[in-house]
Amino acid sequence: MNVTINGAAHEVPHGTTVAQAVRTLTEATKGVAVAVNDEVVTRGSWETTALADRDRVEVLTAVQGG
Amino acid sequence: MDELIIGGEKFASRLIMGTGGAPSLEVLDQALAASGTELTTVAMRRLDPSAPGSVLDVLRERRIKVLPNTAGCFTAGEAVLTARLAREALGTNWVKLEVIADERTLLPDPIETFDAAERLVADGFVVLPYIGDDPALARRLEQAGCAAVMPLGAPIGSGLGIRNPHNIELIVEAASVPVILDAGIGTASDAALAMELGCDAVLLATAVTRAQKPELMAAAMKLAVQAGRMARQAGRIPRRRYAEASSPMHP
Repeated sequence: MNVTINGAAHEVPHGTTVAQAVRTLTEATKGVAVAVNDEVVTRGSWETTALADRDRVEVLTAVQGG
Repeated sequence: MDELIIGGEKFASRLIMGTGGAPSLEVLDQALAASGTELTTVAMRRLDPSAPGSVLDVLRERRIKVLPNTAGCFTAGEAVLTARLAREALGTNWVKLEVIADERTLLPDPIETFDAAERLVADGFVVLPYIGDDPALARRLEQAGCAAVMPLGAPIGSGLGIRNPHNIELIVEAASVPVILDAGIGTASDAALAMELGCDAVLLATAVTRAQKPELMAAAMKLAVQAGRMARQAGRIPRRRYAEASSPMHP
């Protein structure tokens, strides 16, 4: 199935979890937050939340600003 | 102690810093230290695996409380999602709410800001909204449960100072939450003026991070905020059109 992670298209196996999607970008779990299709997925649910075809995954962190 | 209290939390420093515009994390670190700030904003963006270092490490080392903002959001919906992601990533329910109307002026959109503020307050956030220098909107946001109001002095990064000091005074007179002058500060006298007008704190970034000597400007801003606060508390003399002798006129 196809998902986008931070705007980039990825082909991933069925059953891929949010945690696996995050690990394509970083090993960090602190200071990072995830939204799937504009809904926050809390850290405790990353391992148990499976992605669906065409999901949009956003992995955010804090940067300089404001 | 003359402490700043926001949402029940106390701060000895009345200078809130932003982190945007610094040429490096090292320069930012030194500027933050020189400013004496205890509360500093960060933005939320897509994670870039190639980015060196993190602004969060700098803040943690300096024991500065992090204040995530919703910079870059144009709608209430975007801002609410960004605030929730910041809460998840950073473990804070504080948010500087920033919903801009357009990229040319970066002026805050009052309608979207108010909508987002109501939703975030209902969701348990400590909301500090960035707004125009509009006394009516400031009052409405306070009534909506915001922990502070943050009127601009002038557009973000403009360095134009406080374009409408009278409106800032009107906001201060009516507010019972802290008023934080946000955006437009160009140099130390602007920060001092904000405090003399009765603001409870000043938030600035560009004036320091893009100064030729950021660390020195940060130290100047720290002193300016302190001086302005003291002058406000001391009570300035009234302005007069003509001289009033300070020495006896007749021998």
